Amino acid sequence: MPLYHDDDQAMLADTAGQFMAEEGAIAKQLRHWRDIGCKDGFGHGLWKQFGEMGFAGMLVSEEDGGLGMGHVEAGIVLEEIGRNLTPSPFLISSVMAATALGKGSADLRGRWLPGLVTGDSVFAVAVDEGIKHNPQNIATRAERSGNGFRLSGAKTFVVQGASADMVVVAARTSGADDDDAGVTLFAVPKDAAGMTQDPVRLVDSSIATHMKLDGVELDGDAVIGEVDGGREVLNAMLNAGRVGAAAEAVGVARGSMDMTVDYLKQRKQFGRLIGEFQALQHRAAHLYSEVEIARAAVIKAQQLLDAGSDKAELMVSVAKAKAGQAAGLAVREGVQMHGGIGMTDEYDIGLFMKRDRALAEFLGDANYHANRVAVLSGY
Amino acid sequence: MADLEDFRAETRAWLEANCPPEMREPVKDEEDVYWGGRNASFKSDAQKAWFEACVAKGYTVPSWPKEYGGAGLAPAEAKVLREEMARINARSPLHSFGIWMLGPALLKFGTEQQKLHFLNQIARGEIRWCQGYSEPGSGSDLVSLQTYGADEGDHWVVNGQKIWTSYADKCDWIFCLVRTDKENKYQGITFMLFDMETPGVTTKPIKLISGNSPFCETFFDDVKVPKSYGEGIPGQVGEVNRGWDVAKYLLGHEREMISGAGNADRLTTIGAAMTRQGGEIDPVLRAQLALFDVDALAYTAMGEKFLDEIKVGKAHPAQPNMMKYAGTELNKRRHELMMAAGGSRALEWDSEETRGGTPARSWLRTKANSIEGGTSEVMLNVIAKRILDLPGA
Repeated sequence: MPLYHDDDQAMLADTAGQFMAEEGAIAKQLRHWRDIGCKDGFGHGLWKQFGEMGFAGMLVSEEDGGLGMGHVEAGIVLEEIGRNLTPSPFLISSVMAATALGKGSADLRGRWLPGLVTGDSVFAVAVDEGIKHNPQNIATRAERSGNGFRLSGAKTFVVQGASADMVVVAARTSGADDDDAGVTLFAVPKDAAGMTQDPVRLVDSSIATHMKLDGVELDGDAVIGEVDGGREVLNAMLNAGRVGAAAEAVGVARGSMDMTVDYLKQRKQFGRLIGEFQALQHRAAHLYSEVEIARAAVIKAQQLLDAGSDKAELMVSVAKAKAGQAAGLAVREGVQMHGGIGMTDEYDIGLFMKRDRALAEFLGDANYHANRVAVLSGY
Repeated sequence: MADLEDFRAETRAWLEANCPPEMREPVKDEEDVYWGGRNASFKSDAQKAWFEACVAKGYTVPSWPKEYGGAGLAPAEAKVLREEMARINARSPLHSFGIWMLGPALLKFGTEQQKLHFLNQIARGEIRWCQGYSEPGSGSDLVSLQTYGADEGDHWVVNGQKIWTSYADKCDWIFCLVRTDKENKYQGITFMLFDMETPGVTTKPIKLISGNSPFCETFFDDVKVPKSYGEGIPGQVGEVNRGWDVAKYLLGHEREMISGAGNADRLTTIGAAMTRQGGEIDPVLRAQLALFDVDALAYTAMGEKFLDEIKVGKAHPAQPNMMKYAGTELNKRRHELMMAAGGSRALEWDSEETRGGTPARSWLRTKANSIEGGTSEVMLNVIAKRILDLPGA
């Protein structure tokens, strides 16, 4: 498969690009919800529009009422989300939770997916338990209790957790905290007794929660996939999220770079456009090169994941690491090349820097994924 | 697609029958590489058999048309052949600047008779070509070149000096940029072809920091270059005084080649191999290897994307400059890390264990990657101007 978008995908990119630039624009969404202090950090009206456009259910199978598309297509939408800093449940609900639910029972799919497809439902995922991404370590316990389970533990960095109708929770049904086996995923409804969430606003104006599970009673049919065999579903969900976050990061990088290159063509100092200075030209050209390479790595990872290749795992980590580094460079150069105005809240470039920081941390930063590349390569 | 799978099966069978086992071993030294030419000799019967089989099949230049010595393969078929050769680690049967550089220029700018004459010679490895571009005073600013060809009716008389002429001392013919109009900077250069045995041509190898001498200084002292080599075969490619167009086109090719795009063996990951060498690996070095491997794998994807886009005309015309910049900087970093991981063993200059100091010599050789064919700084200038459209000279 060639590493560029086919005609259908190019058309989707046009549609998503236009939609996000108009409806998902920074002033209309990110700044609006931030400035009114919205408890969700995103707009439900726009999320309904995601449903109408077919975006919300694009990874849901046609059998379950979705479009049955792949990670390349989801990545196209995410790149536009990144470029416009559009706050949305798309990455976590439509990419991560949908991937996990897709491996669940018909009952579970029937209960949760219809609301996702229409943009009525929002989901969250609760995996991490510390301040750094470490999904190998799952200490949250799920004990057998009657016909179901009883969950106890604490989760961190549950993005949009307080807005979610359902949270996918990774818990341990057997074994030691860092065992591969013994993990089980649960679909926990928002009103489950014993689940409390403490929301915090993050640097990028998104809202995440610290979650407590204090003897949360669940029926056996809340299990996604197999009891004790949840690692596989968890990995699929994480890899979908990682390659999605990488695509969004490429969008952030491109948005930031375009804005910066435009600025170099407008701002005058010493009687010249600052874009005439070779010191800035070379840095901008280096940045272009890094962003292009990151984008290629992301598309490669999306294609391998869609094809079910055994090389997908490695390439997903390459993509997350490389996209994180390229986007980090893009926002740092962006703020620096904008000079003083880049430090003002009025100017958008700083918002790119904030979003990049949160995305870089989400599901493992560049260091985490470089380490993973080493481990998967055998050293 | 079914046709392509048939082609794959045929190719696999043909390679099985024609590529000797010795030709599937990694290249160990310069003698394992066959460059062809009037003075060439084969290192082994296997090398000769493999070369001759490829010439007969058109596989020294698989995608060139059959009438010019190629196999006339479509891009998708050529890709299958590359994949199948890579699968069995088949060596390239013929290394040649004729194939990589002059060939593409002739295919685009040559007359029909020139193509029939020169391309077939190149495909059969009969003539080994070198490139006369840089001069002592004209490196990055190549268009300022001074080597001059005076018009003497049916021939030019060329005087001047070239530098960094790859393997000039071993080559048969040269494609050479010569000024033919002193008043006109860009439209005063002619892309000439001539025999290195012509009286007045001398070469002097340049010893490099790697200890090797792949490059020469080349001197032209009243060299008579014919304006024609026969009916329809002019002595220059493209029109007289329009050689800069040819040169620019070729530089694109050269940058693509140096970038290592699609050259999977050159930029593969190194962490696993380096940490297998034995001894404790420092955790900081391991981290650097891991970060390198991320960049190398990402660049490999970029190379694949770039080649895919070129096939359908989607790549930005200045994109080879980006590939050259990123690929060469990455390769330099690769060898720095290999030296760091190799420790004192990698310092050995002529030991058997290092196959004659390969790690150190290769490390030094890579320093030229970001100089030859346009420096990294020139590449960044081109990206800034032609891709990002930044203002200024």
